[in-house]
Amino acid sequence: MSEARATLDTARSLDGPLTIAEVDFTSRLIVGTGKYTTNEVMVDAIRASGAEMVTVAVRRVDLDRTKEEAILHHLDPEEFFLLANTAGCYTAEDAIRYARLARAAGFNEFVKLEVIGDETTLLPDVQATLEAAKTLAGEGFKVMAYTNDDLITALRLEDAGCVAVMPLASPIGSGLGVVNPYFIREIKRRLSVPVIVDAGVGTASDACVTMEQGVDGVLMNTALAAADDPVRMAHAMKHAIVAGRLAFLAGRMPAREIAVPSSPTRGMLD
Amino acid sequence: MEATDTIRVRLNGKERELEAGHTVTSLLESLELHPGMVVVELNRDILERERYREAVVSDGDTIELVHFVGGG
Repeated sequence: MSEARATLDTARSLDGPLTIAEVDFTSRLIVGTGKYTTNEVMVDAIRASGAEMVTVAVRRVDLDRTKEEAILHHLDPEEFFLLANTAGCYTAEDAIRYARLARAAGFNEFVKLEVIGDETTLLPDVQATLEAAKTLAGEGFKVMAYTNDDLITALRLEDAGCVAVMPLASPIGSGLGVVNPYFIREIKRRLSVPVIVDAGVGTASDACVTMEQGVDGVLMNTALAAADDPVRMAHAMKHAIVAGRLAFLAGRMPAREIAVPSSPTRGMLD
Repeated sequence: MEATDTIRVRLNGKERELEAGHTVTSLLESLELHPGMVVVELNRDILERERYREAVVSDGDTIELVHFVGGG
């Protein structure tokens, strides 16, 4: 925990906060809470990641429950900022229903809007996402919309009143990293609201490369939960996010396909 | 038990027989659910927590009890 703080303290002195709808976050990493082997590992990994915002899903209470599945038995809403999601929804109507249920839980007005269009790729239905975003923003929700890496959709989601636009790096749970860095950069260049890359990051280098594109943050779940050692991977991700962000802010040297000596060419002995 | 003492509801997708006269509060208590941990949808309308005590569960109601679970 203290080590997690030290990394974030470094980031804080060299970088501003991630501000979404006037809420400030020191960490630019947002994490999911699904697919962990145990709740203890989940909580340890989230703490190690340094993430302040965590996303949770809305589901029926299992009335024949054999185990305690309510996430709030394990995650303290005083310690983490809860970002309810509409994961699993395939229509705008369902996503709106889930978002309203989530808000009724009484924590905040933020929602990670996700409307899936295809079961195989889990790619978003952008038309339905846009429709749901308009309705939810009109009802006062702070909508963070999961979308594909298409600039036009991203611009329309911003126009619809989303407080953040979240293009994918690659399909959910794929771990393929950023498949199209150019599109991600272009979305970031053109939008005013924060751009958070959501889905597809597989390992620390993916997270670092994603942040080097200049985006405001990264949201991940499977990269931590499906690692052999989620807590260790969470440490790695925390460093990678900070490293990528600082490298972006620092401005990289020009890449060129020719060697340039680092030491003086003058003053060599005869 | 006489038929008049029970009602049939659809609770989280399953038909259930309940004793008549339940409020949402007493239903949650009978299911050992903490009211602060669940959101209740009664016949497709979200029920505010302040209304749990007065909201009577009636025959034919469709009730959904949801909560937050792990997800990405």
